[in-house]
Amino acid sequence: MTLLRVEGLSKRFGGVVAARDVSFDLGPGEMLAIIGPNGAGKSTTFNMVGGQLRPDSGRVVLEGAEITGRPPRAVCRLGVGRTFQVAQTFLSMSVAQNVQMALIARAGRTRDLFAQADALYRDGALALLDRVGMRSEADRPIGELAYGDVKRVELAVALAASPRLLLMDEPTAGMAPRERAGLMQLTASIARERSIGVLFTEHDMDAVFAHADRILVLVRGEIIAAGTPEEVRADEQVKRVYLGTTGHRAALRARKATHG
Amino acid sequence: MDPGFLLVQSLSGLASASSLFVIASGLTLVFGVTRIVNFAHGSFYMLGAYIAVTVVPWLLELDRSPWLFFAGVLLSALAVGLLGVAMELLLLRRIYKVPELFQLLATFGVVLMVQDAVLWIWGPVDITGPRAPGLRHGVEILDQRFPAYELFLIFVGPAVLGLLWLLMHRTRFGILIRAATRDREMVGALGVNQALLFTATLFLGAFLAGLGGALQIPRVSASAQMDLSIITEVFVVTVIGGMGSVTGAFLAALLIGQLQAFGVLIFPKITLVLVFVLMAAVLVVKPWGLLGRPEPAAGRAALPEGILHPRRFGVVEGTIAMLAVATAFVLPLFADAYTLKVATEVLVLALAAFSLNFLVGNGGIVSFGHAAYFGLGAYAAGLLVTRLGVPMEPALVAAPLAGAFFAALFGFFVVRLSGIYLAMLTLAFAQIAYAVCFQWVEVTGGDNGVVGVWPSPWAASRQVYFYVVAVCAVAGIAAMRHVIYAPFGATLRAARDSEVRADAIGVDVRTHRWLGFTLAGAAAGLAGGLYAFSKGSMDPTLLGIPTSVDFLAMILLGGIQTVMGPVIGAAAFHSIKDVFMPLTDYWRFFLGASIIALVLIFPRGLGGAYGKLRGSRPVQHA
Repeated sequence: MTLLRVEGLSKRFGGVVAARDVSFDLGPGEMLAIIGPNGAGKSTTFNMVGGQLRPDSGRVVLEGAEITGRPPRAVCRLGVGRTFQVAQTFLSMSVAQNVQMALIARAGRTRDLFAQADALYRDGALALLDRVGMRSEADRPIGELAYGDVKRVELAVALAASPRLLLMDEPTAGMAPRERAGLMQLTASIARERSIGVLFTEHDMDAVFAHADRILVLVRGEIIAAGTPEEVRADEQVKRVYLGTTGHRAALRARKATHG
Repeated sequence: MDPGFLLVQSLSGLASASSLFVIASGLTLVFGVTRIVNFAHGSFYMLGAYIAVTVVPWLLELDRSPWLFFAGVLLSALAVGLLGVAMELLLLRRIYKVPELFQLLATFGVVLMVQDAVLWIWGPVDITGPRAPGLRHGVEILDQRFPAYELFLIFVGPAVLGLLWLLMHRTRFGILIRAATRDREMVGALGVNQALLFTATLFLGAFLAGLGGALQIPRVSASAQMDLSIITEVFVVTVIGGMGSVTGAFLAALLIGQLQAFGVLIFPKITLVLVFVLMAAVLVVKPWGLLGRPEPAAGRAALPEGILHPRRFGVVEGTIAMLAVATAFVLPLFADAYTLKVATEVLVLALAAFSLNFLVGNGGIVSFGHAAYFGLGAYAAGLLVTRLGVPMEPALVAAPLAGAFFAALFGFFVVRLSGIYLAMLTLAFAQIAYAVCFQWVEVTGGDNGVVGVWPSPWAASRQVYFYVVAVCAVAGIAAMRHVIYAPFGATLRAARDSEVRADAIGVDVRTHRWLGFTLAGAAAGLAGGLYAFSKGSMDPTLLGIPTSVDFLAMILLGGIQTVMGPVIGAAAFHSIKDVFMPLTDYWRFFLGASIIALVLIFPRGLGGAYGKLRGSRPVQHA
């Protein structure tokens, strides 16, 4: 069954075509990576799916319901969690409070004037933090955490919406190499256990080829190749325009490291 | 209608547009480069007029030639430009990095100081300026007489626009101004001497304000109220045109000039409301004005200036709070009438200040016009009592409702914006409410306000009324404090920290801010109603900018990052003002200087100092 169906998305900024007729499908529990050189239209495509940008044409359908052009808050309520290239968190709050806030929003209780916010959904928040390995940091101000840990908390915040689809824009950007592998591993295992479809963009080829089930290659707003990591790696055009020979070697290495 | 009359009306609209543009261009240039909205821009305008009415007659003594008149005007503008340089070197240079609320307050401190300086130098009487030699006659246009000087003014605006265009496109300085308006950090990274650029920009901005003021002297006499009346109009022009855009300011000035010229014919009483409708309409369609650009997003998330971790009362704080409440409730038993009066006012102001910090500290919504809701609450209660004979009790219910109603109405537009645009819009709305109370004489009593707003007989004694205020204020503060800890308060903090993240977890940020704005307006309205009954009267100053600034000074003094700071700030601020005001005629000067000192050396306020004393404890959980 298809979780997310994207049909013919196009977006222009003035004279620049940022995305042209982008179409793809994503199933539950599947990890789909969008790769491409800088300016290829990855973030544009991404923001059109997440509701931050309205496409000029095309459709975004989530489990049969059209969400094209709906604002992010509506997209979230329909079951889409999201992390950002530069982590977005509530800096004045503790780690647990960040997740509690997402749970409060999920329960539709943000207008509650009577309850004590600190006491709401604390157990739920701790369980989510436990899942991403941040349980021990629950009561620290989020501003004190290392960036890699902030990214993990952001993942927990995104999971608080019990999403069926996770959108992750460059999940490992700005992280140390060792942290990257850990975060991707974690994301993949959560996606599989909860049947969450994951759409992510990524510059780190190790992360992409190690964890993606399928890969889309975008160049100048158009999909030039799509398929399993093996197929994409073997694609001559992809090699030429994007991966280059070093990238190709990295892809092989990453594949070996995870699958032996 | 007579075509000649319409033409003349339109020409007079062009003349005021021209003057407005000259002043607004300076403000918008300074904002573009420094990102500071300079309240003192109106003071520069006023100083331009005062210097001109001093210098120009002196020059005309030598020879009554038009050249000397305009030499005097330019000389005055240059002098004001130098004052702008002084302000940049002494004050602005130290506050480029502080949050915008503090910047606005500091420049308002300058406004207060200049007001008293002007009174001290030129005295309280308005000074009429000389008319321009050679331009004193009228010109016949389609059988209508039109003053030649106004005709001349019409050409000044486009001339200034042209000169500014040449400056911006043909000189290195101008190109740097444009570059800095686009991306200040990049200009810094290119190795441009920023200090020099900023100083020069302030000179240019103040020069233009001074020029605008000096050119006005044949039309209006120099008076000590010019600064605040012009600054509101200029804010409206720059907001409609787009902050930082000179051409936008020109378009907006033209629009407003014509709107006022013809609005007077159709709706003589409500020209200001028309301007507000225009501004609201423009901002709904184009939130950054006609030709403005969105603020470039901050590269790295910074910790917001406001309530970070709303701490619960510990044993010490609980005891202090209990003692404070207990003291309040036994106070009438031994306090004299004067102390009781001050204590009543402190309680009222504490409620108003607390509601303001609910917006500023907790929601990151920097309202610069909170006095509007305070004043409208006072007027609602007072008018019900005096005009309709309603007793105190229902009037005190109407006060928060009125505050909430207008906060909801204005807030609908306000929450569409953020940062400095939001602050200026709240200010503009407050000025409109002020103007309505001021101008609608039949209902509001105009400048004199309304007297005879007395409590019901059972609450008529000062002691009993004190209890009424104490119960309402303590209950109001306790309720709002509770909301800060409730999910709604936390949601407002979340939206303040990261709007993008709040949106992504499913929060409708705009609606929540709107509700928060309405709630704060209700509390301020209640405070206003209580205030009206304690004074027995109300007048438009309750809604004025100085009152809004007083509230901001209170929360700043108390510490905007603390929950209870505003209460302490209100008590300290009001007591100090009460002690010092009778001692000197120049209390505004000292108030202004104190606000600047607060911003520069004590930005965390008394609450912050207390927090430091107690040591910053980690967040506590049940």
